[in-house]
Amino acid sequence: MQNIVDRSTPPSLKPIEKIIIPHAEKHMLDNGIPVYVINAGLQNLVKVDLIFGNLSYDPSQPLLSSATNRMLAEGTARHSALELADLIDYYGSFYGTEESADHCSVNLYSLNKHLDKTLPTLREILTEAIFPDSDLATFILNNTQRIAVENEKVNSIARKKFNEILFGPKHPYGHIMTADDYSAIQRSALKDYHVRQYVSEHCTIILSGKVTDETIKLINKHLGDKNWSRSNGQAAAGVPLSSASGRIHRVEKEGAIQSAIRIGKKMFTRSHADYPGMAVLNTLFGGYFGSRLMSNIREDKGYTYGIGSAVVPMKDHGYFFISTEVGSDVTEAALTEIYKEMIDLRETTVEKEELETVRNYMLGSFIKSLETAFHLSDRFKSMHLSGLEYDYYDRYLAKLRSIQPDEIQALARKYFDPESMTELVVGPK
Amino acid sequence: MIPYKTKTLANGLKVIVHEDPSTPLATMNILYKVGARDESPDKTGFAHLFEHLMFGGSANIPDYDEPLQMAGGDNNAWTNNDVTNYYLTLPADNIETGFWLESDRMLNLAFSKKSLEVQRNVVIEEFKQRYLNQPYGDVWLHLRPLAYKVHPYQWATIGKEISHVENATIEDVKDFFNRFYCPDNASLVVAGNVKADKIFSLAEEWFGGIQRSVVKRSPYPVEPPQTEKRELTVERDIPFDSIYRAYHTCSRLDKEFYAVDLLTDIMNRGRSSRLFHALVKEKNLFSEINTYTTSDFDKGLLVIEGKLIKGVKMKDAEAAIDEELARLCNGEINDEEVEKVINKVESTMEFSEMDLADRALNLAIADYMGDINLANTEIELYQAVKAKDIQEQARQIFRESNCSVLYYLSKTQSN
Repeated sequence: MQNIVDRSTPPSLKPIEKIIIPHAEKHMLDNGIPVYVINAGLQNLVKVDLIFGNLSYDPSQPLLSSATNRMLAEGTARHSALELADLIDYYGSFYGTEESADHCSVNLYSLNKHLDKTLPTLREILTEAIFPDSDLATFILNNTQRIAVENEKVNSIARKKFNEILFGPKHPYGHIMTADDYSAIQRSALKDYHVRQYVSEHCTIILSGKVTDETIKLINKHLGDKNWSRSNGQAAAGVPLSSASGRIHRVEKEGAIQSAIRIGKKMFTRSHADYPGMAVLNTLFGGYFGSRLMSNIREDKGYTYGIGSAVVPMKDHGYFFISTEVGSDVTEAALTEIYKEMIDLRETTVEKEELETVRNYMLGSFIKSLETAFHLSDRFKSMHLSGLEYDYYDRYLAKLRSIQPDEIQALARKYFDPESMTELVVGPK
Repeated sequence: MIPYKTKTLANGLKVIVHEDPSTPLATMNILYKVGARDESPDKTGFAHLFEHLMFGGSANIPDYDEPLQMAGGDNNAWTNNDVTNYYLTLPADNIETGFWLESDRMLNLAFSKKSLEVQRNVVIEEFKQRYLNQPYGDVWLHLRPLAYKVHPYQWATIGKEISHVENATIEDVKDFFNRFYCPDNASLVVAGNVKADKIFSLAEEWFGGIQRSVVKRSPYPVEPPQTEKRELTVERDIPFDSIYRAYHTCSRLDKEFYAVDLLTDIMNRGRSSRLFHALVKEKNLFSEINTYTTSDFDKGLLVIEGKLIKGVKMKDAEAAIDEELARLCNGEINDEEVEKVINKVESTMEFSEMDLADRALNLAIADYMGDINLANTEIELYQAVKAKDIQEQARQIFRESNCSVLYYLSKTQSN
């Protein structure tokens, strides 16, 4: 047998040169709804993504937009929730919704051959929802129980509490949903919100998958009419932020054997000049398996199953956070190591080799994030909803290719001051 | 449809290539035919711990991750009762880096003491995070030994107890490696912008010199048929009572599997399914309910699990489940209902072929099941199922003597 292969030196690597991002193509339905089309892939299927920006936020009804969106398919005058679900399921399609503090969306995944059969149901759900009392009661009951279970998890408590500390309990980014918020939902409020929100003027559509002219015609047939046009919704008005005072926060969770740690601060949106550079610094610090945090706190100390950090851009604000669950007995030791890693990036310039690894890893990940039509749709969506164009990715990739160790250090000095970080630990006394 | 070419090396390694010129990427998936069912009862959790140790350096490469990341790649791995699976994705131009990394750790590990010590701690924290520090987290640690008395499915992949992981020695690690990490106990799938001929010659070059296994594997103990209902009650600090019913059923490899899988879909897949509609929406007895098969390679379980609405009596909740089971066994399952769940399987398969890594995994699993082409033909086995086949499975499975029930109750709630 041959065994002459040289294992001591790694195979030579080819640099990642050109990255091509297939762009979405813009179409317009007869009623003016913009449709962004991403035609890619071999599978004969399509995703229809309808996005609606949330209307003005009322702190006394924090669930209004999300509950309305989640309850759309719970019944119309013509069909019950079960019948609507059957109409979708029979054709092997999938219906889903997504809610954030900025937007709500409704998605339909369908085989192309059944699209003509499933779109009428989607349209009915969107514009004829009646929010039946009994379905609303079930929705409230089940979500109240779901919250009670979540509140037993140190990680869930930490996630919610941390956002509340950063953005304030009256802001949609910071409010923690309670059982009382659910009980306060009124059917009349949902109906009123539905009428104002789900109109063609507020809708943006992204179509991804195998999309032909025929697909666009079908979308126009079922969603392009003027019957759901009504321009009386209000634009979202900003609610002022109010952060909690003090840097250090502790929440006791009796009987927990691990503590959840969150450390971070408010940062910025995707359009900020430092965003691409921060993305690199974050990856190096806590954004991939080989990161400083993973190498030290998991792979060297064994304090945790996982630790990571992220830069989260939203529509009007953004934040940075580190998150982990560690054995309760090593909580203080883990905190010390996290700050040590921040300080190290501020005081010592990273080695070129390490930055090169991060750079290549991120370029590879970026290519992977363009893999399927649905990936491309997500890429487009995050850019478009931040009010950006494709040149944003040119700037992002240019920074990724060019950033040097001194710039990483400058960013760490600017943003990684431990004294500027909010620290939250949820765990046993 | 996933086209593929295949070749088996002299040392027994099966190589499968799926060419997709439309992507700039390549995926390498190595499936080792070893899982928690191969552990001895006093050293459980080992297959999974071992998966962690596979990243602790190999014969010639001190760090697995760094060179892969430098090549623009990413990787992960998972372990279940039957399988340990490793996969990486990177720009197709750099696929040879994958061959270098994966062949070196199949050839030999570094068996570093430091790595063992750290990964033992990491796995213990994983045990705590996923099983002990979560509400309802330890359910399977109780349900498995209730349902299985003989077969190694009686313990979870994470292990029976933390001490088994704590006591693992470097000798255990070496022994496990020698028994299971051999070319004739693995399949290698490479998918993406690659050429089959080139991949076959790279496989020969990097893996061809690795010795085949010397240890003969013994058959798994067979679980005897259950003859009477088993019950277990545990009380925990959780907000709501819940129930877990486990019924013995066929293996993933049996021909009845497709009818059983569709049975669980009729019962509980999506918002138009029977149990969701009747028990969650109509009767408000459960806040959530799920039914699924474990899809194991040996005889598996069909599980019904639900969280009760606060204040609902367990006997009322159980009676409502039993009513639905009786409808399945004695009432009508109409053709439209069967068409619906088959359509759902068909579209799920179509969706699962979008990602390159998923296509590679589909091929690897199909090969382990005994026929690579199942990745393309399995849908026909679903399409051939009739309502009467599903009902026959329901009647066979839903017998009281075939059932293990775990009552997982809230300490604070009195029923």
